[in-house]
This record gives sequence, C-alpha cells and structure tokens, in this order.
Amino acid sequence: MEFYLYTALFAPIIGSLFAGLFGMSKKNIIAGLVPTALLFVSFLASLKLLIYILGGGEPIHVELMTWMATGDLYVPYGFMVDQVSVTMMMVVTTVSTVVHVYSIGYMDHDKGFNRFFSYLSAFVFSMMVLVMSDNFLGLFIGWEGVGVCSWLLIGFWYHKESATWAANEAFIMNRIADLAMLIGIFLVYWNTGSIQYNEAFAAMPTLENSVLTTIGIFLFIGAMGKSAQFPLHTWLADAMEGPTPVSALIHAATMVTAGVYLVVRAYPLYDLIPDVGVFIASLGAFVAMFAATMALVNRDMKRIIAYSTLSQLGYMFVAAGLGAYWVALFHLMAHAFFKALLFLGAGNVMHAMHDELDPFKMGDLKTSMKWTWILMTLASVALAGIYPLAGFFSKDLILEVAFVEHHYILYTVLLLTAGLTAFYSFRLVALIFHGDDRHSENGVHPHEAYRFMLWGMLPLGILAVIAGMVFKTPYFEMVTQVLPAIEYHIHNHTVFWIMTIGTQLFVIAAIVYAYKKYAKAVKVDKKVESGILYQLLYNQYYIPQFYEEYFSKMYRELSEMMWKIDLKIVDASVDGVANIFYNTGIKTHTMQNGNLSTMLRWMVVGTVVLLALAAAFTLGQSETVVELLSELGVI
Amino acid sequence: MEAIAFYLFAVLTTVMFLITVLTNHALYALSALAAGMIFISAFFFLLGADFLGAIQIIVYTGAVMALYAFGMMFFDTTRDVVESRTSPQIIFGLSGLAALTVVAMFTAPIISENITALYPAIDGVGNSQMVGMVLFTKFLIPFEVAAVMLLVAMIAGIVLAGKKMDHSLTLMKEEEIERETNEKAQV
Amino acid sequence: MMEITLQHYLVLSTILFAIGLIGVMRRKNLLLLFFATEILLNAVNIAFAAISSYYGDLTGQMFAFFIIAVAASEVAVGLGLLVLWYKRTGKIDLDAMTSMRG
Repeated sequence: MEFYLYTALFAPIIGSLFAGLFGMSKKNIIAGLVPTALLFVSFLASLKLLIYILGGGEPIHVELMTWMATGDLYVPYGFMVDQVSVTMMMVVTTVSTVVHVYSIGYMDHDKGFNRFFSYLSAFVFSMMVLVMSDNFLGLFIGWEGVGVCSWLLIGFWYHKESATWAANEAFIMNRIADLAMLIGIFLVYWNTGSIQYNEAFAAMPTLENSVLTTIGIFLFIGAMGKSAQFPLHTWLADAMEGPTPVSALIHAATMVTAGVYLVVRAYPLYDLIPDVGVFIASLGAFVAMFAATMALVNRDMKRIIAYSTLSQLGYMFVAAGLGAYWVALFHLMAHAFFKALLFLGAGNVMHAMHDELDPFKMGDLKTSMKWTWILMTLASVALAGIYPLAGFFSKDLILEVAFVEHHYILYTVLLLTAGLTAFYSFRLVALIFHGDDRHSENGVHPHEAYRFMLWGMLPLGILAVIAGMVFKTPYFEMVTQVLPAIEYHIHNHTVFWIMTIGTQLFVIAAIVYAYKKYAKAVKVDKKVESGILYQLLYNQYYIPQFYEEYFSKMYRELSEMMWKIDLKIVDASVDGVANIFYNTGIKTHTMQNGNLSTMLRWMVVGTVVLLALAAAFTLGQSETVVELLSELGVI
Repeated sequence: MEAIAFYLFAVLTTVMFLITVLTNHALYALSALAAGMIFISAFFFLLGADFLGAIQIIVYTGAVMALYAFGMMFFDTTRDVVESRTSPQIIFGLSGLAALTVVAMFTAPIISENITALYPAIDGVGNSQMVGMVLFTKFLIPFEVAAVMLLVAMIAGIVLAGKKMDHSLTLMKEEEIERETNEKAQV
Repeated sequence: MMEITLQHYLVLSTILFAIGLIGVMRRKNLLLLFFATEILLNAVNIAFAAISSYYGDLTGQMFAFFIIAVAASEVAVGLGLLVLWYKRTGKIDLDAMTSMRG
C-alpha cells in the first residue's frame, strides 16, 4: 500500500517538473498530456487506497525520512492515509484530473500553456502534501505550497496589472493568516512537545482550557485566511483574475477548503473547546449570509460564483464549529464537485463570449451551448440543494445540525442563505442561458466548447448528481471511524418533514422567482439600483474601500517613513563604511609610489608599531609595572 | 675595569656607526664601519665569547669589508655622495621611538628568572672548544645548511658579477629581442 | 664604577640598532644602505652574545654565528646584484629604481 501512497503523492510533482521543462518553449501538447496522465495515475492510486480503507484496512502511516531532529523536536517526512485524508485525496485528485483535461482545451490558445500545467500540477502536489501529512509542519509546508501555486496561478497573466495585484493581495492576506497559523503550531509544540497529530492530540486533554483556546483560535485564524473567511475574505473574489480552471480547482474545490480540512483534522482540539466552536459556527453563518448577499447583485459571473464559494465555506465552518466534522467534510466533498463544475461551465461561457464576464450582456445561450447549459443548471440545482442532488444531502444536513444543536439563530440564517443561494445561482443561469439575446449586438457569436472538454466535465456532473445519494452511507461509515460519529436526526417526524419540505419549497420558490425576474427580457430598475442597499451590496459592503483607506494607505505611509529612515540611517551607515575604505584607499595609494626608499620608511613605521604593541603586552604582564601603575592611580 | 672597557667601546662603536650613517663620503663611511666592527668584537671578548670575536674580525673586517672595498672600486666613490634627503625629523623620530620601546621592554623587570640554559657553558673548557662541541652536535644541520648557503652565495656572486649578466630579456623591448635573434640566426 | 649588567648591553644594542634604522631610512645610495643593514645585524649580534654570556647558554652565540654567516652571503649576493645594476644603469641611487612603480 505504501507504493500507492507514494504514487498518489509524487505523480503530480513529476508531471509538474516535466511540464516545467517546456516552460520557456512554445506550446507543446505533450506538456499538457503528460501531467494529466500522471494525475490520472495519482487518481487511480488514491482510488486504490480508498478501496483499501473502505474495505476496513488499517490507516497507512509511513515515514519517508527524517526531516529535522534537534533536541526534543523530531519532524519526519511522515505521511498518513486515514479515512479523512483519503476522502480529501479523492476530492483533490478527481477534481484536478478533470480540471487538467479541461485545461488542455481551455488553455489551447494561450502562450503560457506549458507553464500553466507545470503550476497546476505543482499545486496538486502541494495539496496532496497538505492533506497527507501526519504532522502540523508538513501540513504547513503544503499550506504554503498551495499558497505559492495560488499566487502563481492568479497572476498567471502577469502582464495584466489587475492580475498581479490580485495575486499579491491573495498572497499577502494569506501571509497575515499564516503568521497566526505558525504561532498556533508553535504553541502546539510548546505545550504538547510534539507536532505529530496523534501525539499532540493525545497530550491535549491534560492541558489547561485557556491554552487550548489560544491554540484553537490561532489555528483557526490560519484557516480563516486560506478559506477566505471574514474579515480576510476580499482576496477570493479578486482571485478570479486567474484562468477559470484555476478558479475551479483552487479557489472553489480544493485550496480554499484547506481551512475546513484543518479544523476537521484538529477535531480533538476543537472538541475540547466548544466555545471556540460556537464562535467558528457563528462566523461561518455570518459569512454564508454576508457572501450570499454580495452575490445577489454582482455583475461579474465569476465573482458571483466566488461569493457562492465563500458562502458555502461558511456552511462548512458552521458544521465544523458545531462538532459535526463529518458533515463539514461531506459538504466539502459535495461542494467541490458541483462548484468545480459550475466554474468550468462558466469557463465555457467565457470562451464563447470572448472573455465577457457580465451576464447582463449574454442571454439566450442555451440554444448555442446546450451541453454547458445542462451541466451548469445541474450544478446550480445541486448548489441550491434540491433533492436528490448532492447539495441536498450535505447542505440540508448542516441545517439539521444547527437545528438539532439548538442553535436556532444559526439555523434561521442558514435557511435564509439557502434561499439566497438558490436565487443568485438561478439569476446567473437565467441571465446567461435564457431571456433575450443581448450578445449579438456586441458582435459575439457563441460556440460550444471542445467536445472532450465537455466529456471531461461529465464525471463532475455525474458526481454532482449522485455524490449525496450514493456516497452518504459508505462515507459516513468510513469517516466516523476517525471522526466523532454523531448522527443528526430530528426525532420528531412531523418537524423533520415540515423542515425538509419547507426548505425545499422555499428554495424552489427562490428559483422560480429568479427565473421569473431574469429569464425574460431584463428590465433594469433604476430605482432599486440607486438604492442604498443595492449600492452597499454592489460595493461589497465597502470593505475593499475600507481596507484600502485604512490599512493600505496607513501601511504605505508607514513604509514611506521607514524608507526614509532606512535611507538616512541604514543606507547611510553602509555607504559610510564603504566611503571610509574608499577614501582611505584614495589617500593612501600615494604610499605605493614605487619608491623603494619610501617603502623602507614605511617598513620602519610598521616595525615601530609592532614593537609598541609588543611593549604594551609585555609591560602589561609585568607585575611590577602593574603595581607601579596602580600606585599612580592609572589603573 | 670591565665597566671602563664597556663604556669606552660603547662610545666608540656608537660614534663610528653614526659616522657611517651620517657622512657624505663613501670612503669615510666604509672606514668607520670597519672600525665599528672591530670595536664590536671587543664586546664579544668582554663577554667571554672569544670565538665569536675572532669570527667577527675575520669575517666582517676581513672578508666583508674587503668585498665592499672591491665593490666600491666599480663605483665612483671619490666625490661626495649626493642624496635627496627626506625630512630628518621623521627618521630620527621613528628610530628614537623604536629604540625607546625596545629599551622600555628590556629595562622593565620582567625578564624571567626561571630561564634554564639549554646548552650550559661548561667550566674549565675554553670558549672555542665549547662552541665547537655544540656546533658539531646540536647545530650540525644548521651549520651544514649555512655552509651550503655560503656556497650558493659565492656562486651567485660570481655569476652575477660576471659578463653577459647585464643582458636581460625581460627588460628589453620586443623589437630589440627580435633584432638580436635575427642577428644570431645570420651568424 | 657600576657593575655592567645585561641591561647595559641590551640598551647599547638598541642604540646601535636605532642608528642602523636611521641609516636605512636616510640613505639613498644602495652601497651605503648595505652598510646600514650591517649595522643592524651587528647590533643584534651584541644582544645575542650578551644574553648568551649572562645566562651561561651557548645558543645565543650560535645564533650570532649564523647571523654572521647570513650577513656574509647577503653581502656576496647583494654586491653582485649591485654591480650588475650599476653596469646596466650607471646609477646606484634608490630613487632611480622605479620599476616597482605601479
């Protein structure tokens, strides 16, 4: 089994290095095919591991080699495949294989084709390290690795200033959170003496509650950065500057869910501190609502989906915060499938529309892009949580968790958000695929994507449909061998049915409303658009402006001040040292005039200096001289 | 008696060497140096190093001075030596400083009393005999090396002063070397 | 009269050495420069012989002996070079030797 573990882990990096060889050369289809094939190999290896674990196999734990061993600190390159990580591995490899296949078509005309695949595979490798590591430090390495790859891929079109800006924003925001994460890891090591998961978690119950709370908060701040939770959320929407497959893979399906994975992985810690859990859940619910409202009015197709991702991450954190770790992981998995599908569909639309992102300039694409329409509708239905698609099983479960745990406020917020989700999802679908043709006037003639891209998306479509229905039971049995097996059932049948059907009706009503409003000719209601609420939402609650005004500007001023200090003190002293030597050289080079007599004289000067030194030392050692001097009061 | 001899010779050597250093006349310098060497040998006799005193007279006053005298025959030594002077303050200042520090070191009561003689002088044996015994036992290899060195120096002196040695390829220009080789080829 | 101690000899040696240094710095004529170096060597010889005598150790005399040998060979080679230089340039002035100028 170790063989499969290593194959799953290292196949992507080989693909990445291979594609990297062609990095500077012209587009070469091999550079796309080989990483894709290797990812498929990784996928097969992961599948083999999944079957093994499902068949009741023991979790695999290997140590490749020692990484650091200093004093009490021992960190190996250790990897672990247990029920949780194998789930993540399946999600990562499945989505990334699909995205790779899709990218061969999507990046077809791009100059950076080879480079793109190198980055993308490197990302998958980092993500695999992240999920497979058996210690916090390995996780952190993967964490940083995906951060770097994300940075590279958001800024993939580096000639666009907005792309480089977005890449830097994402990286810097993550850096802030990573600092907290690192502090959290230090605290874990400081208090438990180990950073191996099993040892650290075993030592935790004996620790004081305040210490655990501190650790939990710091680790969660790290998770907040990666999963773009409020107030570190602004980068995710801007990250949509990257190519669409990147958005699908990194900023929807895998990397942003790493925060959720961290919380799930650290469940023994969060179980001990339920107060922090409640905070996480509250923040999650807030973000779910907050992001969904922003998605309502946005006019950028990819940003709408990005806000939807943010909202769904909020859901996952609600589940994780309330102790329903397996539910969080389940929603993570289901969400990865349909959200990646949604993004890939959006990529098709973008291609057809020549990179137009405003859905108000599209309309009636269902005739020319039938399959994309079907797949995206499917994904939206799954996202909205209509029975029997994936979203129903995972998302409604979260609602139930909130209800069963008696967090009725959270429940209400999440329920409302579910309605909002359905509304904005179908607003998007209606605007893009239905209604009147608004794009022909711009001279755009849409065409369907390559056939193989559609075939590549099909597995995600199937998974979006069946993931909830088929996987739920085996998944539950498998994962609960590790995670706390709490079944969330509403004991009163009447309440259960009222809630389920009520939710479904509410969601369907939202969908119908969205269709009604947008599937016909779009009327722009000036009155609403100039309203305060609309403006507030459209400007993302003015948070980016707020950050710009109060953080970026202040930081800039501080930096400029520091720059001046640097110039006047640090630079000046460095230059000063150099100038001293330079001037000494200028002044003393006359010494070297080639005149032997002068040289002799200098030689004597040297002799005298040496003699003086020798005299000073010998006299200093002489007791009599020291006595004499001390009597004179010199020493 | 010893003190009188010491001070006498000390004054004499100092004066002689001062003349050597300060005079403008090469011949005076040479003569003063030779005299100074002989007076120095007097110190050796005073110190009981008879052999060294003898060597001093033979080698310095005999050989070295003769060599200098012969060397001077090559140069025009009858007229005053004209030298561009550097500022005397620097020279005397530096020398004085050097002397002062060394004297300070010597007079400071630090020369340790626990030095044990490596090759102690043996009572009842003459100095030359003792020197011979030590030289041919403990210092045999340095002695031989010194002998080889002297031989090399002698050969070097002969070769350097010999004919054709003023012919240096490194100091010649390219064309000169070329012309020379052409001439040789013609011959 | 005072008894003559080791210090007396050492001071004398130092004075002679200083005179030698004056010569080294002052002289521009190469031949006279050689004289100055001889003075330096002799000054050191006195110190060696004196220490040897006062400590009853022959090593000092041995060193003086070897110094004389070195001085002799130095004179032989040095004078050879000097003659060579004189034949080539017609001068033995230190200031005229400028081939070391960078």
